[in-house]
Amino acid sequence: MKNLLILGAGTAGTMMANHLVKKLPTQDWKITIVDQYKTHYHQPGFLFLPFDIYTTKQVKKNGKKFIPKRVDYIQEKIDLIEPEQNQVKLENGELIAYDILIIATGTKIAPEEIEGMKGPKWQDNIFDFYTYEGAKALRNKLREWDGGKLVVHITEMPIKCPVAPLEFAFLADSFFKNKGMRDKVDITYVTPLSGAFTKPKATEALHHLLEEKSIKEVTDFNIERVDYENNKIIDYADVEVPYDLLVTVPTNMGDQLIERSGMGDDLNFVPTDKATLQTKAHENIFAIGDATNLPASKAGSVAHFEAEILTDNILRYIEGKPLKEEFDGHANCFVETGNGKALLIDFNYTQEPVEGTFPFPGVGPLKLLKESRSNHMGKMAFRWVYWNMLIKGIHIPFVSATMSEKGKKLEQVN
Amino acid sequence: MKKLIANREIEVNEEGYLVDFQQWDKEICECIADECNVVMSEKHWEVVEYLQDKHKSEEPLSIRGIKRSGVINIKEFYNLFPGGPLKVSTKIAGIPKPKSCI
Repeated sequence: MKNLLILGAGTAGTMMANHLVKKLPTQDWKITIVDQYKTHYHQPGFLFLPFDIYTTKQVKKNGKKFIPKRVDYIQEKIDLIEPEQNQVKLENGELIAYDILIIATGTKIAPEEIEGMKGPKWQDNIFDFYTYEGAKALRNKLREWDGGKLVVHITEMPIKCPVAPLEFAFLADSFFKNKGMRDKVDITYVTPLSGAFTKPKATEALHHLLEEKSIKEVTDFNIERVDYENNKIIDYADVEVPYDLLVTVPTNMGDQLIERSGMGDDLNFVPTDKATLQTKAHENIFAIGDATNLPASKAGSVAHFEAEILTDNILRYIEGKPLKEEFDGHANCFVETGNGKALLIDFNYTQEPVEGTFPFPGVGPLKLLKESRSNHMGKMAFRWVYWNMLIKGIHIPFVSATMSEKGKKLEQVN
Repeated sequence: MKKLIANREIEVNEEGYLVDFQQWDKEICECIADECNVVMSEKHWEVVEYLQDKHKSEEPLSIRGIKRSGVINIKEFYNLFPGGPLKVSTKIAGIPKPKSCI
């Protein structure tokens, strides 16, 4: 009997358990998944929680529901990966030996990386919305806030879902308009990037939307510290941005387990082959989703596409065949733009988000890089797709793991 | 496109970054620095060398990386290369503008 061990039962780990249970013969392989938490969060929902668009119940469920029965699900904290011994040590001292290991431990916010961020004003007038607790605390704040300077801020790249802070700014604009107090709120978007997004073509479209919604942009802002006594953020070039309410995306880092095991880069992300998803240091260890150092977006859609390719590659690895160098960095994201509209972007390592139609060339119904009501409906339908298809490893019709070039006005990224 | 730097025709991209690192030398470097209003000091050269080393070993450049470089702290980095230190310093070092990617 051989052992396949998955670390992390988030979006990527749960998908892998569901894929592999169908592919690995029961008599030969035991599949185990370890995660310290009981709850599986629908993380894309954290964006909507602060605005009372989603309820807390809609974004969390018991994780066990999504793990197939044949898979051994251990709820325990992981202490260490010992790759030389092919084993993982749990906090309770138990050792789990593996033949193949999949790291899916994701990314976490690290507000303590910036001086003054996680100080006495954390969750008073400084908030994150990348955690369940943060999003919920911010919701309570927004219910009562009477206006002032709202600063939406990104600390440093890479972050999970790089469009989320923009969406937050757009949704805030709608939220305050609907409350009849938009004139009392001044919204500023502060980013370390040179523009609204990481890809030039999409940046143009998004910049236009920011302008239209009277959201100010401060770019190339590398934060040094939060001066929580005087309510301002200060960057290394001594630029200051004052706030009354700071909504920040703190530094994103891989799990501390990766650091403890000596397997990560500066930010605790695992160096991974960007086409095969095999880790660079160990051939029987693979990594997926936010835990990797891939130059792709850290997003559920990316993990979803990766999962299909990683499943193939694990089977190939078991059979001793060469791995497929197939992953192209494909990401597909709805960008909520407020007022019941959204735009859709589809891109990969080399192709920028472009205009066109999706998923059917020339037909749509979804339009790429253009605001529309049906894109918004797509985004809202996604919560159902997430709980009922995506993490269960059910193939989403018409959407392929690698990016399709049909029906798009393509331009190569240099 | 071609640009005349130090009386030589140098291949650069539309933002003025060198396309071929082989064309980089100290003279070119000082001319680009001058265009960026930077006067090269010993510390500048040290940083340029560090950036080129990182580029050669294909390690991505970031402000965080600078913090851990042991060569310079971020505050000094901003003082040496005002107005977007990573963008300015990489241009001077003759390597591509870092993609803060994703």
